[in-house]
Amino acid sequence: MRPFDYTRAQDSAEAARIAGQGATFIAGGTNLLDLMKLEVMTPDHLVDITHLDLNEITQTEAGGLRIGALVTNSDLAADMAVRRGWPLLPKALLSGATGQLRNKATTGGNLLQRTRCYYFYDPDMPCNKREPGSGCAAMGGMNRLHAILGASDACIATHPSDMAVALRALGAHVDLMAEDGSTRTLPLGDLYRLPGDTPEVETNLKPGELITHVVLPAPVHGRQIYRKVRDRASYAFALVSVAAVIDVESGVISQAKLAFGGIAPMPWRMTEIEDFLIGKAPSEDLWEEAADLLLSDARGQGSNDFKIPLARRTLAAVLNEATRGDDQ
Amino acid sequence: MTAHLKMDKPDTRNRLDHTAQGLIGAGMDRPDGKAKVTGTAAYAFEDQPEGMAHGVLVRANVAKGRLNDIDRDSVLRLPGVLAAMCGPRFLRNPAQGGANEAPVQGSEGIAYLGQPVALVVAETFEQARHAAHMLTLQIDAQEGQTDPDIAGYESPDAKQAQQGDLDRAMKDAATAIDVTYTTPSHNSAAMEPHAAIAEWDQDMLTLRGSYQMLKYNRNELADALGIDPKCVRILAPYVGGGFGSKLGIAPEAVAAALAAHELNRPVGVALTRQQVFEGTMRRSESRQRVRLAADASGKLQGIGHDAYISNLTDEVFSEPVTQATPFIYAGENRVIGHHIARVNRTCAGSVRAPGESIGVTVLENAMDELAHQTGIDPVELRLMNIPDKNPTSGLPFSSHTLAEALTTGRDRFGWDQRNPQPGSTRKGDWLIGMGMASAVRVNILSEARVRVTLMPDGTARVQTDMTDIGTGTYAILTQICAEMLGLPETDVSVSLGDTDHPPGPGSGGSWGASSVGTAAFLACEKIRRELAKKVDADEADLTLKDGMVSYANRQVRLADMIDEEIEIEGHVEPGDTSDDVTQSTYGAHFAEVAVNAVTGETRVQRMLGVFAAGRILNHKTARSQCLGGMTFGLGMALTEELMHDPRDGHIVNRDLAEYHLPVNLDVPQLDVVLLDERDAYANPLQSKGIGELGICGAAAAITNAIFNATGVRVRDYPATLDKVLAGL
Repeated sequence: MRPFDYTRAQDSAEAARIAGQGATFIAGGTNLLDLMKLEVMTPDHLVDITHLDLNEITQTEAGGLRIGALVTNSDLAADMAVRRGWPLLPKALLSGATGQLRNKATTGGNLLQRTRCYYFYDPDMPCNKREPGSGCAAMGGMNRLHAILGASDACIATHPSDMAVALRALGAHVDLMAEDGSTRTLPLGDLYRLPGDTPEVETNLKPGELITHVVLPAPVHGRQIYRKVRDRASYAFALVSVAAVIDVESGVISQAKLAFGGIAPMPWRMTEIEDFLIGKAPSEDLWEEAADLLLSDARGQGSNDFKIPLARRTLAAVLNEATRGDDQ
Repeated sequence: MTAHLKMDKPDTRNRLDHTAQGLIGAGMDRPDGKAKVTGTAAYAFEDQPEGMAHGVLVRANVAKGRLNDIDRDSVLRLPGVLAAMCGPRFLRNPAQGGANEAPVQGSEGIAYLGQPVALVVAETFEQARHAAHMLTLQIDAQEGQTDPDIAGYESPDAKQAQQGDLDRAMKDAATAIDVTYTTPSHNSAAMEPHAAIAEWDQDMLTLRGSYQMLKYNRNELADALGIDPKCVRILAPYVGGGFGSKLGIAPEAVAAALAAHELNRPVGVALTRQQVFEGTMRRSESRQRVRLAADASGKLQGIGHDAYISNLTDEVFSEPVTQATPFIYAGENRVIGHHIARVNRTCAGSVRAPGESIGVTVLENAMDELAHQTGIDPVELRLMNIPDKNPTSGLPFSSHTLAEALTTGRDRFGWDQRNPQPGSTRKGDWLIGMGMASAVRVNILSEARVRVTLMPDGTARVQTDMTDIGTGTYAILTQICAEMLGLPETDVSVSLGDTDHPPGPGSGGSWGASSVGTAAFLACEKIRRELAKKVDADEADLTLKDGMVSYANRQVRLADMIDEEIEIEGHVEPGDTSDDVTQSTYGAHFAEVAVNAVTGETRVQRMLGVFAAGRILNHKTARSQCLGGMTFGLGMALTEELMHDPRDGHIVNRDLAEYHLPVNLDVPQLDVVLLDERDAYANPLQSKGIGELGICGAAAAITNAIFNATGVRVRDYPATLDKVLAGL
């Protein structure tokens, strides 16, 4: 591990200001510390934000929730208001990592965790995300965990979060504070960037900008399902995951929100699929067409080719479960 | 005084059935258990001497090449850095089990990506790790060969065997099976990373290390350093899991010793988790072709088993895939082939029951294919093919419990509920199936010495360099000595893992308990004779229990009978019973799986293992061994695979997040039945090795169950969801 300076920030404005000078935020550290030990990330300066006042989950006037960035994954998954109104979120949270990790990992940190690409974690291997211009070893190498959508010739890494997939389906926003203390709000989808030619730039955050809260809109009607397919029953990253909020009224789909994990560099959402489903009666053929929309641009890299049929089948299974025997 | 036995004849006395203390077989808690669960047991890297510096190994980042030098100046200016070294004594890879000499040495020749070629030493671990990252290596890369199939295979004559005419048998067979399976590389993934601390006092080296076989490790280390083995003492009182990965002395030990010598202060070197995965022994990947020729009744007329595996050049070990094939089933015509590719991949060595764990597994898959083809029940097919003598050597079996294991398991598991038609049981999205497999593992007795001292206060002290790698050595030695001397277990203290003690056999090959236990038994038996002499009685007429000695209607306190220590060294050597009969342990695995019809995910619902391994010395630790083996079988079946990069062969998934061992949620309730058996040919305890039996064949029960559930035959381990999905 490379030596680094350490500052414990007292409030969000101070944290953002210090980070604006080049420091890296640390909260739970469940990913950052591993990366620092491997010298994949080598921050000169850490600003510890764990003492900031961002631990609350509060109601919003719009009937939603405002979740402090430091709320741990365990606390968020156990929160009664969350479990009642947004059960998708605890399901996704509890499918990720382990109890010990969830006790340390935070809401903001979960969103900003780095990819699990094997080659990203090995400084002796080329990786455009770790070392721009060095190449991508995952292409032509082992890429079971890698993207079939949204990737580029420079990078095929996936975003590993489950929580972010649920939040994307739920239409969450993130509240940000900049180094000058100003604030703004971004839809979660706009927080992330696709790799393109610059896979090292993963978000649209400005230098120093701090995620202070995640904001959930008011609950929506419908069955909420998080289906995660992975290589063992627990403690494995998603090969494919599907987050769904689906409602059926009078035999047709009246509500459809879908997001996907494990297949793209960011939690993946295509509103075209949702628009397509609305107003139609559930059927296997409909699911096939929805999957066609999702996967028309999908491209495998060898060891992840199976994700294309797997995503198709998992989407259909989730839609079946979400609409099964439900004709209210 | 010594008590020596060469195991030339069966011992039918069953001594341990006639002693009085009542500890043998009992599920006694481990005496070391409390220290381990409270964190007070000091493992190799936790007993750090004052002033210890930290060394971190540096890997070669090419698959093949020459290290010309290291740029010491690139790190010596960094804070805390004390030294950067490489050299002709560095080990290329760990020694193989029982090597007794150093493996290939020298930093110069790079044979695989991940080879430790240099060491950086600093005041703190963090400083050393950073400097290791910064160290510049001057390497000339060369073209390596990392794909076994492209490298080609050598087929040494001594490792090929043939009897009868298998080709003819295949042609004449009513049913012939000719299938090829592949298994990937595995890593033992012991919880405690490999570590060593070296400390010199003049010419004397003390090494605290995490190793399994100290009497060999001492010679290997001395040979690597070019010193007299008498100048080396190794301490390994606790080893946090070995599974074969700590059999031989390894690069960290030699590097620590060299650095400690150069710096004239203690140096410790612990591997990072990534280094464990790429630098400790892997189990070779294998391609196995199995041929089975059966007559119309299902009786085997021929068996062929060809194994294609790999290793580095100059390594004599090659995964003994076909170890059980000569004798597991009947059949007059038999071909065994063994083919080795020399590749630039991490060294291959012993991992969790080398040989049978993957060899029996694939053979048992082929048997399932034969059962399906012939329509014979898989249990029946095995029962009808149990040989009455070793079909290859013609030797009798010392005992044979496969039939009992199969029928016991069949009844207990509810095998009659299995629908033989694949894909016929469905619950919602889940396809349900049952599978089974035989388990077999050769039994080995290994030379061992143990010193037992009966103290004047009536307590006993037991000393050997034997290790306890989590298996229960402390427990079973306590039980055997307490039983033989008639003492409560708290009056026996066992000291292990110190080369100053008499040399035991080391932990490996499942021989530990029987071999070291026999040496302890022999010492205690001699002590009993010494006690008998004192009272002028026959040893057989003494009853020893709870510290009291009874004979001829008299009873005295043991402590009152002795006024000075009675110290005996027990010494056992294997003899004719290892050659005159075929000794093996047997078992049967049964598994029920649910396979998701949408995603191809497999969940094991329940698993039963029935095992016979002679006298069970401690039901609790023996059962734990079996649970571990079955869990590893589950990992082999479904999740575990070291992924080699197709371009440079390096191990890509180098941590516990991506090398998928089964986690709690993967492992259902496991049911273990231990059959009561006495094998007089094995040793005077009549016990046999149980450590590895639980994994042998276990994976096949699961993959056979996947076939029963789905009709999909996955012949490429592990049976990950994508491979199942491809057939759904």
